[in-house]
Amino acid sequence: MNSPTSRLVRAHLWVAFAAFAVAALMGAAQMLVRSELTAPAERPETYFISVTAHGTLMAYVLPTLFIMGFGYFVAVTALNRELPSMKAAWIAYWIAVVGIAMAAVTVFLGKATVLYTFYPPLTGSVFYYLGLVLVVVGSWIWCVQMLLAMRNWKREHPGVPVPLAMFATVANAVLWLWTTVGVAAELLFQVIPAALGWKQTIDVGLSRTLFSWTLHAIVYFWLIPAYIAFYTMLPQAAGGRLYSDTMGRLAFILFLLYSLPVGMHHLFMDPEHGSGFKFLQMMLTSLVTVPTLLTIFTITASLEIAGRLRGGTGLFGWIKKLPWDRPMVLAGGLAFVMLGFGGFGGLINMSYGMNAMVHNTSWVTAHFHLIFGGSVVIMYFAIAYEIWPKLTGRPAWSVRPLRYQIWLWFIGTMTMTLPWHLLGLFGQPRRVSTFDYSFPQIAWWGPWTMMSVAGGAIMFLSAFYFVWNLAKVFRGEPRTDIHMTYALAVHPPHRLPAALNGFALWNWLVLFLMVIAYAYPILQFFIIDAPPAMIHRA
Amino acid sequence: MNEQEILRTELRWALIVAGAVGIIVAVIVVSSAAMVLHPPSNVETIDPTTLHLEGEFVENNLGSVENPDGTITARILATQFMFVPRCVVVPAGRRVTFRLTSPDVIHGMLIDGTNVNTMVMPGYVAQVNTTFPEPGDRFVPCHEYCGLGHGGMWSMIRVVPESEWKPDADGRMSCEFPY
Ligand code: HEM
Ligand SMILES: [Cu+2]
Ligand SMILES: [Cu+2]
Repeated sequence: MNSPTSRLVRAHLWVAFAAFAVAALMGAAQMLVRSELTAPAERPETYFISVTAHGTLMAYVLPTLFIMGFGYFVAVTALNRELPSMKAAWIAYWIAVVGIAMAAVTVFLGKATVLYTFYPPLTGSVFYYLGLVLVVVGSWIWCVQMLLAMRNWKREHPGVPVPLAMFATVANAVLWLWTTVGVAAELLFQVIPAALGWKQTIDVGLSRTLFSWTLHAIVYFWLIPAYIAFYTMLPQAAGGRLYSDTMGRLAFILFLLYSLPVGMHHLFMDPEHGSGFKFLQMMLTSLVTVPTLLTIFTITASLEIAGRLRGGTGLFGWIKKLPWDRPMVLAGGLAFVMLGFGGFGGLINMSYGMNAMVHNTSWVTAHFHLIFGGSVVIMYFAIAYEIWPKLTGRPAWSVRPLRYQIWLWFIGTMTMTLPWHLLGLFGQPRRVSTFDYSFPQIAWWGPWTMMSVAGGAIMFLSAFYFVWNLAKVFRGEPRTDIHMTYALAVHPPHRLPAALNGFALWNWLVLFLMVIAYAYPILQFFIIDAPPAMIHRA
Repeated sequence: MNEQEILRTELRWALIVAGAVGIIVAVIVVSSAAMVLHPPSNVETIDPTTLHLEGEFVENNLGSVENPDGTITARILATQFMFVPRCVVVPAGRRVTFRLTSPDVIHGMLIDGTNVNTMVMPGYVAQVNTTFPEPGDRFVPCHEYCGLGHGGMWSMIRVVPESEWKPDADGRMSCEFPY
């Protein structure tokens, strides 16, 4: 990788990881506040400022900046050509950075203690929302770059399959453009006018519905880099080959299709929608499991190839032979374990009936810390470790610290989330700063919260270990060969139908599904004429 | 491994996936239909600015009341940062219909140890039905962030045995929040 692009990629990743480290510290502190121990500054104001900042940094800043940086890396290394416009990329970067600073300062000043989901009619300072809008605008410029990069490459290579890593990255860019429509409409037409004082009332049914449009698909936006690593980096790191390139394309296309028309599963417990559309979107939600199940098969098969090439025999003997000492392989294995636990919990969340037991309890927070905080972020670590030598030209002087850090993250995540799930199941609400543990019904929660505190502390250590590793461990002998090699398929495709090499057809299908799933649920608010709610300034 | 062989294994797996998804969907459909687990979906609107002046959510109409057919209706207002009333008493073994709304921001309500769980939104009436088999006190936290006082927004459902359900002439009974 040449140095101007390397600088661009590293600029993005450092912002992502700095936000991550700050937010990890706040997460650990929040755990302490919620527990039966007393923490310093244990006041609702501080707690909710912290949770707003933690949620915003972890959910909006870390993934968006990471995905942008990683996307530029993939575009340049997989396509072997320069970015369409370095200048536009840097402009996008600075727009996002200004947005992050604006939102963060506003939150830390206590002017927008609305949490990262900012459900109106509660509203905060307009600078918080404008900051988020800038981050999204920056990411849109990134999306355009990814689309152009693929188009330009295809023009130069007519009929040749787009490399899978780039195909998946563009799938994510397309997904993100669709995803952000909901929240952008909510912010621009409802929330920002209200925050500016131009409007005194707001239709909360509409705003929750628009936000739900974004809320599920955004999770897949965060997740797709992990899947890109599963398909294009993990088999290579394990010393094998990708079992099937076509299956990979199919999985990414299915993510694009089925992560969008399902957001209403976040509104199962809402009174503003009837059961018909809730039921429809629940059925569509069950299809989201398909790409993950396909991935499990393809990746297991790819790893089996690697294990057997390394001399593994028998039904499971190949697993032992995999190079578990390599960070990518280790992280991949642990991510699968966490996805296994988390996937099971996800089935409960999406079930129309069982959701009532867990909706808005700690179960939900525990669930996404396991899947997103655990599986996805552990793959962000692995990706960073994998590409850092290509960016700096210097490998790690030892992989041992990298491995330790990954293990710590896994152990911390499991320790933190298991008791958290349990408490949620027994009715512990989320987003509460302190509980009165002398209350007889909840006295037994105390010891379990202590286990979560311990897990959170381990995760926090791991987060700082990660940053330290990037800064200090990649100091090995400089290398001249900094070429990035992605996993090759057992049978690399030579010709592909246009549908598996682009997104035109799939965009029409997304449009079709979105009209079916969301047209009436959104239009109904203009038909039933629900009385609006008064704006409440937080 | 030739390409045909890979394709065969993939098709076999696709069948397994289809089967798994089919089972998941079946379980969900059967459980929601057979166990009548219907989330609150009544799409009923109400003007949040006039709640306290007119209609079913005026102050003296809140709390639990016995209907002519013996079922119970409990009306609760979720406000920043309190449920009104803070204690609601209902008899065990009877069908209870909860009706909730909010005059200000979005709240949530769940009853611990039950399936009762709903968002409470200004502009809408949320309605949930349940039957409490056992007497006892159940805690009821607000479960959606509604402002800085959110964490203190708790109330209580007191489920009493049938023998202790003694409503007044209007069919109403109330209780004191004990904490
Ligand atoms: C050091 C590790 C971490 C700890 C100890 C931690 C802890 C916490 C705690 C205690 C809360 C507040 C829960 C509540 O009040 O209901 C929270 C919320 C949250 N966390 Fe973390 N967390 C960690 C890492 C992460 C990571 C890696 C992510 C995602 C990448 C993440 C995303 C979130 C989000 C989105 C929320 C929701 C905020 C809200 O409810 O508004 N966290 N976390
Ligand atoms: Cu979702
Ligand atoms: Cu609340």
